[in-house]
Parts: sequence; structure tokens; C-alpha cells
Amino acid sequence: MTATFAAVVRRDLLLAARQRADVANTLLFFIVVVTMVPLGVGPEINTLRTIAPGVVWVAALLAAILSLNRLFAADFADGTLEQMVLSGEPLPVVVLAKALAHWLTTGLPITVMAVLLGVMFDLPRDAIGVLVASLVLGTPALSLIGAIGAALTLGLRGGGVLITLLVLPLYVPVLIFGAGAVEAVAGGLAPRGQLLLLGGLSIGATVLAPWAIAAALRISLE
Amino acid sequence: MLETVDLECQRGERLLFSELAFVIEPGQCLHVAGENGAGKTSLLRILCGLLSPTHGEVHWSGADIRRLREDYWQLLAYVGHLNGVKDDLTALENVRFAAALAGHPAEEDVARDALAAVGLAGFETSQARFLSQGQRRRIALARLFLARTAKLWILDEPFTALDVRGVAALSTLIGEQLDRGGIVVLTTHQDVPLPGRVRRLDLHAQPVAA
Repeated sequence: MTATFAAVVRRDLLLAARQRADVANTLLFFIVVVTMVPLGVGPEINTLRTIAPGVVWVAALLAAILSLNRLFAADFADGTLEQMVLSGEPLPVVVLAKALAHWLTTGLPITVMAVLLGVMFDLPRDAIGVLVASLVLGTPALSLIGAIGAALTLGLRGGGVLITLLVLPLYVPVLIFGAGAVEAVAGGLAPRGQLLLLGGLSIGATVLAPWAIAAALRISLE
Repeated sequence: MLETVDLECQRGERLLFSELAFVIEPGQCLHVAGENGAGKTSLLRILCGLLSPTHGEVHWSGADIRRLREDYWQLLAYVGHLNGVKDDLTALENVRFAAALAGHPAEEDVARDALAAVGLAGFETSQARFLSQGQRRRIALARLFLARTAKLWILDEPFTALDVRGVAALSTLIGEQLDRGGIVVLTTHQDVPLPGRVRRLDLHAQPVAA
């Protein structure tokens, strides 16, 4: 089981390394959205500092949605997904491996880039720390919950719009607690509660989402 | 032993087949024949457990495959219309990943042997995108070489895009599988001499139910 898990993660990372444009696309989108905001809002530093957590989190959320389409689409088109479903290993394990690879190629680069963007918005050092912590704890939930949407809309025409409609409401709690944690520390409060809730969301998603994704994939393949 | 009980499949408005019942014993090959749209692929997908029949059950050694799930899939090797071959991976990487996914990881030299067995020696490090349709088909079929522990092979049009030597190599593989006491279910439109005991099942396209 662990061998299959590792093989799927390794393969998806290898594929990402060979299709670098796809990975760069998500990260670039994230950076562009965040850097456009000061141009639109104006250079008032206090305003920017206040809205920075929300802006970074909304951009992370949109970048995650943007990357969901390609999570299962290629495997579906070339028949690898059939082989995954018919593998002797439990499908939730395979799916969890794919979600992990997705997080490593979207959530992780976004988190790293958020450090620089935090500096750009002149966030205090402790706020940047909490921003990174909130992204580390929250983005796994984005990958896992998003994968349910991607699996449900697989092979549908106009699936992209449907994913957004399906997944966005489920992303709202992650957004609220993620941005909330950073705003709390900026307001002099302890961000512990929000961070714990974010971690809880991600753990819950890790435990439950693979089963939902596996069931959705089986339906999509029928 | 693979057995179907009162199988019925309906796709959209069309009844593809009903009351289909057959038993395949170890060492037997079932050739599913019929014109386009007769339901051959649907039958094969039902036998795999990818598609649920509208009625009836598929049994493996007396147990419903929907209850066996992973225990059944461990014994199954399926090559469908789609090759399950990644364009961005090399032939070798494709074969090794397929083996790991099926739950029996292959060392590099074993995977090389598998590729050589399907006539792809020398193409191990070529990315699949630079290979021809027939060569990609061969990568998919190399899975069968590694899936010798799989008791049941389900092959949907396995001879498509293969040249004469490829067809012969695959026939040999199928023959060996039957000699081991395995079961092979396949569809093909080509007139291929299949080794061993072959049973033929004819499906007929039926008009839309009134």
C-alpha cells in the first residue's frame, strides 16, 4: 500500500517536473492577482496592511481552483484512471497520493511565495509567520476538498464552471479562518483558535475526502 | 472461475443485452464478438467492475465481484481502448508505474524484459509521445507480461494497431496465460488465430426498445 502511494506521488511529481508550465501557471496567477491589488486600491500602506491577509488568501483560493481541472483530467483522458480504479490497492490511497502531489505543486509554492508577498505588503514579521502557518495548515484542505469537485465534474462539458460552483462554498470556512488568523495577530489577539480550526479542517479533509473522491471517480467512470 | 448471472445492460434508451449467463473455467478464453454498438465494451467493463449492470451479477469463484472489490481487482489485468500510457513518461517509467499501481512493483531489469517481450527493446528511454500508436499499445500490453500472477485478463480490442509480429507476440502471451490456468476475455474484429480453448459469445445489436 505504501509502495503504491509512493509510486503515485513520485509519478505525479515527475509529470509536474516535465510540464513545468502547468505548475508555473498556478503560481504566476497567484502572484499576479496579489500584486495587482495595490495598483487597484492605491498605495496607502495602512489600508494595504489591513487587507493583505484577505487578499493573499483569496488569491490562494482562486489559484487552487484554477489548478483543479488538471487534477484528474489527463489520467481520465488517457485511461490511467481506469487502471487506478482497477488497481488491487484501495482507491482512496491512490487518490490521497494524488492530492498530496497536487498540494506539493500548488499549495506549497504558494505558501513559500506568500512570505515575499507579505513583505511586499509590509506585514509585521509575526503576521507573516502566522500567514505562512495558516497557509500550511489550510491549503491541504483546499487540495482535498477541491479534488472532490474535480472528481464529480470529470468528463462533463463545462465542468470548469461547475467545479467553481461546487467547491467555492466549501472553501469559505478555510478562507474565513485563514485570513482571520492573520487579522487576529495584526489586531494583537492570539491566532491559536483559528489555526487550530484550520488544522482540524485539513485533518478532517484528509480522513474523509479520499473516500468521497474515490466514490465520485467511480461514478464518473461509469 | 468467472460466472455471470442473468446479466442485463442498458445504455441510455437501448437495451444492449439481457439474461446473459455464462461460465468460464480456468484455462478458457472467451471471445466476445458482435458488430459495433452491440455492447462488447460494456460487457467487458461490467466484467471488470467499472460499470454496474442494470440487472444481474458477476461472480468470481462463487462470490459477487462487487463484494470482493480489491480482492478481485488484484487478480485482474485490464487493457481497454485507452492505453493508460502517459505521453510525458518514458516507456520504462510507464511500465514500472503500471506495475507499482497494480500492486506488484517491478525492478528495472524485469520491466526491461517486459518491454523486450513486446518488441520495444531499445525504446525504453523514449518518451511515449514520440512513439507510434502501435508502440504505445505495446507498452500497455507489456503490463500483461508483468501481470502473470493475474488470473483473469480482460482485453478490449488488444490487437488494434499492432503489426504482424506484435499480434503473434500477444497470441503467445495469451496462450501462456491459458496454459497457466488463467482466464482471458477479449474482443477483436481481426481474424486472429487464438491459441487454446476459445469460446465465442455473439452479441447482437438490438433496436431501440419501443
